[in-house]
Amino acid sequence: MSLDVMARAEAPIPLAAEFRVDPGELLALVGHSGSGKTTLLRSIAGLWRPEEARVRVNGDTWLDTETGVDLPPHRRRVGIVFQNFALFPHMTAAQNVMAAMARGVAAPRVEAERLLELVNLAGYAERRPAALSGGQQQRVALARALARQPQALLLDEPFSAVDRATREKLHGEIVALRAHLNMPVVLVTHDVNEAQFLADRMVVIEKGRVLSAGSTAEVMSDPAALRAMGLRELAAMLPATVAEHSADGLTRLDTATGPLYLPRIEASPGARLRVRIMAHEVILSRARPEGLSAQNILAGRVARIVAGEGPAVLVHIAVGEDEILARITRRALADLGLAPGDTVHAILKIMSVARDHVAGAV
Amino acid sequence: MDWDALRLSLSLAAWTVAILLPVSVLAGRALAYRRFAGKGLVEALVMLPLVLPPTVFGFYLLVAFGRNSPIGQFWQEMFGHQLVFTFEGLVVASVIFNLPFAIQPAQRGFEAVPRDVREAAACCGMSPLAALWRVELPLAWPGVMTAMVLTFAHTLGEFGIVLMVGGAIPGETRTVAIAIYDRVQAFDMEAAGLMAAVLVGISLFTIAVTYALSARVGRRLS
Repeated sequence: MSLDVMARAEAPIPLAAEFRVDPGELLALVGHSGSGKTTLLRSIAGLWRPEEARVRVNGDTWLDTETGVDLPPHRRRVGIVFQNFALFPHMTAAQNVMAAMARGVAAPRVEAERLLELVNLAGYAERRPAALSGGQQQRVALARALARQPQALLLDEPFSAVDRATREKLHGEIVALRAHLNMPVVLVTHDVNEAQFLADRMVVIEKGRVLSAGSTAEVMSDPAALRAMGLRELAAMLPATVAEHSADGLTRLDTATGPLYLPRIEASPGARLRVRIMAHEVILSRARPEGLSAQNILAGRVARIVAGEGPAVLVHIAVGEDEILARITRRALADLGLAPGDTVHAILKIMSVARDHVAGAV
Repeated sequence: MDWDALRLSLSLAAWTVAILLPVSVLAGRALAYRRFAGKGLVEALVMLPLVLPPTVFGFYLLVAFGRNSPIGQFWQEMFGHQLVFTFEGLVVASVIFNLPFAIQPAQRGFEAVPRDVREAAACCGMSPLAALWRVELPLAWPGVMTAMVLTFAHTLGEFGIVLMVGGAIPGETRTVAIAIYDRVQAFDMEAAGLMAAVLVGISLFTIAVTYALSARVGRRLS
């Protein structure tokens, strides 16, 4: 049940993109506003038709400009969550969800309740959208998208219209919901943090073109992609397990290379998390430093060093099975005399990890 | 009190509303959502009856419907009587003259439905007809209702066109507005005053009902 997309257009924005999403996989289309990522999503749903395009889902052709196939949106089994949710304001939450169900559904009301429960909205079935918060509306929109039993789930900046705290919560819920999703999922976002947390693979779009594509880790260390997204977005995801909450307001996590202290995380001991470690926040040292205020010192081995055009280089540090990225200057690299295979210590300030840079494991 | 005239006016208004309701929905929706060549021209034409003096408009309709016109001859052949100076002729004239009142508010109503909500309806698997019925109409309803109320009230009060196309044949084309004028001409101020008051009452009632209904729709959505 994979989704294959190819689109080319000259207007209203130049577009030349091709990608494939496998069943159960979450692909993030990342780019700045105006990059064409939303237009790509709309052409999958049939809300826009590029001059030359092909959209195939599970072997069914939804759009093929060469053979003239172009199913209207209501005949494409697609679930879509719009940026502003686009709920039907005159219907209750349950009615919104039922509105997307096929006629054959045996007990639509029961199914609607089940879906609302799945998105943690049990008890809100009778509320109209105007009586729901932004985060709750987003959940109804998600339940409605799933009610269509879609062959592809499309999320168009679904977290941009809610506040930061709600967004973090929703991110966690999406991660948990992934276990129930067996269709290809496409997430459009300009937020690299969000993409890195939620996506299995990323496609970076700039001016309608695919700049970089691959697994999240690959794209996050691709200089071309990073130039487009901003070098300060460069980060690695480090898996960790919650060990204990200490009295001084910190949480100790266990990683493959030792303990990692972070500002208190709302998760019970044993919970598996991923921590996004920003490459520009990492300091490297050959010897294990002492008398330092930074508390997180993770030992690793230099895996490779990637130099870009600028004054900085990117050092990949292997810690067990995982990687940390450190962005340091060429000058610092020369002073340290680092080479692949060397042992090195990555130093991280506890306070440099923002709360929304921690998320549940996939 | 000329009850015949009142019955005639109400009947004319009801027929006009009944014929214009589907026109209002379909044309209002098309003008709100579709882009096509000559859209500006169509919108201008729809608005034309609003700016033309009723007698001028009535004159052209009289010429267009008359015995020697293709429309008049067609009508004569189909129904065995002419179109002008009949109730049917009045209905046709009234429908044309009310186009701006029937289409414009409905168009605004449909324009008020956000594009992503309409797209969501399609992505929920609703065919265009289902989306119209289940999503667009419930949301554009205040506009469509305003259109129908305006059309109804405006038909009750129309004078110039009715006189030009219908004459003032009792029981056939003499509406309340014309009956009032006739009574005033005959210095029967009492009858004229009564009929005028009845017309004011009906108009106030219609508007009150509209406001009450649209307030209910507004409460439901906010």
